[in-house]
Amino acid sequence: MTTPSVSEPSHLDGNALAGPLSEVFRVDLTGATRRCAVCGITGAFAELRVYAECPGLVVRCPGCDTVVLRLVHEGGVLWLDLGGTGCLRLRVK
Amino acid sequence: MAGRWRAATVAAHRPETPTARTLVLRVPDWPGHLAGQHVDVRLTAEDGYTAQRSYSLAAPAVGDLIEVTVQRVPDGEVSPYLVEVADVGDQIEIRGPLGGWFVWRPDDPAPVVLVAGGAGIVPLMSMVRTRRMARAKALFRLLYSLRSPAERYYSTELGSHQAGDGGLDVFLAYTREAPEGVTRPPQRLALSEINTHGLPPDSAPTCFVCGPTGFVESAANALVALGHDPRRIKTERFGPSGGRP
Repeated sequence: MTTPSVSEPSHLDGNALAGPLSEVFRVDLTGATRRCAVCGITGAFAELRVYAECPGLVVRCPGCDTVVLRLVHEGGVLWLDLGGTGCLRLRVK
Repeated sequence: MAGRWRAATVAAHRPETPTARTLVLRVPDWPGHLAGQHVDVRLTAEDGYTAQRSYSLAAPAVGDLIEVTVQRVPDGEVSPYLVEVADVGDQIEIRGPLGGWFVWRPDDPAPVVLVAGGAGIVPLMSMVRTRRMARAKALFRLLYSLRSPAERYYSTELGSHQAGDGGLDVFLAYTREAPEGVTRPPQRLALSEINTHGLPPDSAPTCFVCGPTGFVESAANALVALGHDPRRIKTERFGPSGGRP
């Protein structure tokens, strides 16, 4: 479609967080398994919904739309709200 | 470390379609990467304004040379420069390799179903090329949905039975305009085609789906409907079908 309809989904997914989060965390979080504290759904961090058409990134749970995290980078300052992250499980070396 | 921006120099470029091209970048001390990973590219204007976008790596690294294929997005801030302006010797900044989930490792013997929508072919091509380079034996089935022959990436290489591509089957699904001689009418990739040209759920393949968000949602739903384990379906979304600006 050259002219996207209003209903065409435009969100990205958690894969797109790999770069922005690498500014903060030493390990890659996109492969982590997350259990949502609100709806209980379990899945890869990469499966989160990422909305980038705003000043920062807003990341929502694919199960219940809870805001999982928000990230804004402006003028050398990074704001990171991890309020809805839930429980993460990741492999470490 | 992935979080660090590093200088990359354009070493070569080649057109893939009238609106997409592959850039070969030289990145000193590149640590290597996995098939499916991406890089972030950052451009800085003379006034200090910066813009960054993510691009999938299109091939395994050769020494400190890496490849990305970029689709030009109308009114984009980054892609028009990369597709139409950047030339050999120009420098950009990149960060990566990035992503540890949407990846395929050549030592994984599980069969693989790849489903690409448009520019979503890029990270899947990296998997095909990595498989070839490693002479890996995992069975690969690639379903590539594209609008027209003019928009076909890697056309001289993909589906022409390169050495090392035994066990790779490629199905092209043209959605708007098919080349002469193709009997399938132009239409969306159908569930029945994913069934026929993919692999049965019984063989427990890993499924990689990449493309515009709407395409990925419907293809992943089709795989689930066919009985594939959702935990074996890995997805990567590019955003709206026009691409990310």
